[in-house]
Amino acid sequence: MVDFEVVDLPEADYPEAGETAPDFTRPLVNAEYWEDVSLSSLTDQGPVLLVFYPMDGAFPATYMWNEMRDRAWGDRLTVVGCSVSTPYEHKTLIEERAMDYRLFSDPQNGVAREYGVENPLDGMAGVEEARPAVFLLDGDRTVEYAWVASEWPDFPDYDEVQDAIDALV
Amino acid sequence: MSDDGPAITLYRLQACPFCERVVRKLQEYDLDYRSRFVEPMHADRNVVKRISGKRTVPAIVDDDTGMTMSESANIVEYLEKTYGEDRASTDGGAA
Repeated sequence: MVDFEVVDLPEADYPEAGETAPDFTRPLVNAEYWEDVSLSSLTDQGPVLLVFYPMDGAFPATYMWNEMRDRAWGDRLTVVGCSVSTPYEHKTLIEERAMDYRLFSDPQNGVAREYGVENPLDGMAGVEEARPAVFLLDGDRTVEYAWVASEWPDFPDYDEVQDAIDALV
Repeated sequence: MSDDGPAITLYRLQACPFCERVVRKLQEYDLDYRSRFVEPMHADRNVVKRISGKRTVPAIVDDDTGMTMSESANIVEYLEKTYGEDRASTDGGAA
């Protein structure tokens, strides 16, 4: 018998396969600096895996990036994350996870809301973040694969994401 | 990161008055520029060291002229000479 609580999240209305993912511009953080970058400027260069994840420092963020780093998806397409954490925290996460992936900083959670994947947090007044979500986009920002958490906590099916990447690149 | 951005890249630190001085000058001349923010700790500014030879900010790279500079006074002087109204009469030789 399970005596812990996995919370069901409400239905999410997010861009599904075949739809065009919304464009946005936010500071994109790498190991050395950050600058404003649009999602479309990344997809102009090829397929992009856009990963929404909980705030830096929460254990799901650590687990998700460890797994995606170890799978070396960045060798095959552009992998970028997006969370409500500041650029300073993103730099720390990139360094601590020893990963090449870049992270968008979206403290007001507007991008997550635009994608329909916002997650208001119980017990942290006034704070919301993104629920875990994965969007595989082609060069036109068409969604090839989408997964959005329906429970909290919840993690992507990494093998399924990898199959989708295999089918695209 | 992308090669199709503005010609001028400004390496800056949040809340750094010397950087803001350069920003004011860029805005005064209505120049298109991109901002790259770095960390307060000098040791974490390898990107600035790589482009300018020093870890200080502000630093700018101007792809239109091939110029890379540090020190706000130098940068302001460069911007005035290159883009200001009193730019040298020899300017425009490449046109």
